Amino acid sequence: MKHRSLLLKVLSALLVFGAWEIAGRIPVSYAFPTFIESMTALARMTFDGSIFVAYAETLKPLITGVAISTVLGIGFGLWIGLSTRFEWLFSPIFIVMQAAPLAALIPLLVMVYGIGLTSKVFVVCIMSMPVIVLSTSSAVRNTPASMKEMAKSFLAKDRHILLKIIIPAASPVIFSGLRLGVSAGFIGAILAELKITPTGVGDIISYSRSIADYPSMYAAIFSIILLAVLFLNLLEKTENILFKGNDRGYVSD
Amino acid sequence: MVMSQTESAFADAQSLEQDIAVSVQGVSKNYGAVEALKNMSLDFPRGQLTSLLGPSGCGKTTLLKIIAGLLKSDTGKIIVNGKPVTGPGPNRAFVFQDFALLPWASVMRNVAFGLELRGVAKSEREDKAAKYINDVGLAGFEGAYPHELSGGMRQRVGLARALSVDANVLLLDEPFSAVDEQTRRKFQEDLLALVANENKTFIFVTHSIEEAVYCSDQIALLLPRPSRVHEIIRPNINRAIGVESIRRAPEYLDIVDQIWASLRAYVE
Repeated sequence: MKHRSLLLKVLSALLVFGAWEIAGRIPVSYAFPTFIESMTALARMTFDGSIFVAYAETLKPLITGVAISTVLGIGFGLWIGLSTRFEWLFSPIFIVMQAAPLAALIPLLVMVYGIGLTSKVFVVCIMSMPVIVLSTSSAVRNTPASMKEMAKSFLAKDRHILLKIIIPAASPVIFSGLRLGVSAGFIGAILAELKITPTGVGDIISYSRSIADYPSMYAAIFSIILLAVLFLNLLEKTENILFKGNDRGYVSD
Repeated sequence: MVMSQTESAFADAQSLEQDIAVSVQGVSKNYGAVEALKNMSLDFPRGQLTSLLGPSGCGKTTLLKIIAGLLKSDTGKIIVNGKPVTGPGPNRAFVFQDFALLPWASVMRNVAFGLELRGVAKSEREDKAAKYINDVGLAGFEGAYPHELSGGMRQRVGLARALSVDANVLLLDEPFSAVDEQTRRKFQEDLLALVANENKTFIFVTHSIEEAVYCSDQIALLLPRPSRVHEIIRPNINRAIGVESIRRAPEYLDIVDQIWASLRAYVE
């Protein structure tokens, strides 16, 4: 069974890459390289080390932003989920943040915080925090009432209910919020490098486009997608280790 | 009641002498305009199983949750072992209709959860939990997760959790209603053994007349709109004839019929 799912994954990758290769050879557009050309460019950047230099730059706002969003996002989410008054106060901010057209706000951020790291971290946070906050708060609010009642009847104190019932019960939804938030953070990091100052991977993308080195541009895009996928898998593994049994379904279903 | 006058007089006298573990005194509870309970008074003798029986909407579960301290009554008070109830306490343990197990915790941790919340050390609480897991017939399933168990086994976990905190009053809220008929019969037999061996007071909410007559030392028949105690019935079935024969005993059948006669007018 496990063997078969691996086979299907490989098959699906082959299909996508094959279609890419064929589309590049037709070619659908002058600016669309083949899969093999793009991979060659990626290998070249890997061996001359330029891709690592670029990532060292890109990961700074990305990791800072995602870390801030995770900690603050889950904190705010728990608070909003537990207190109705707090929800009235803060929930609208995150809903607006989520709905706001970020690209249009970037000039404002640059005016206030300049073109340095701060603005880029802000872009990552604005992209990733709302979904983490909103999914955490709704998960907390939907904790099964009978479990809380059970804990109360067995003399649980408020902190027990939070730590032993609410957080574990909410963790699957919190983690799915984290997955969405982290992917949005990746988008934010690249967006910031394309819109604020071209550094890191964003620099490779915009520079190679300007000199019509399309294979390098697509190689950079491919690498960031690959990194995002790997990171999301890592997150899923963490979840399974931290909350064993949560992937096993709910009893009261 | 289908008892002779001397018999019923004897039953009344007996209940007066008995030690009362839980006493409900003039309890009322409203949900908005709906009267869930109105001036309810009821005594639960120590060491016995009392059923709260009645049609749906008669406030059985509400009364049980008020006794547990999970709900506050509007008026009246609950006395458990001579002390008024102000909230959940160590002398009462609850068995839930929907089991209320933690899906992310093993059977062992679920059973020991009550002790965990009381701050009992891990090795000690697991020793105790292992004993009760064994008592309810789940030995070998300590490491299993709730979703791997059948409905009946899940409720055994719920029961073991309630037993392990060693409360002297057990509150059971329709514990067998989500369990299939065959498992349910086995459960009822086990419950009788538990009442006989554990020296605890059991308060048992059910909507099954047969179940109530089979298991109970005393049945409080509740009627709705407004909720009130209609009648206290003491089945007095001789359990010595064996768990298999109770369902064929004439007293059993008579009381079942009698209760149905009282209730049928209230069933839509």
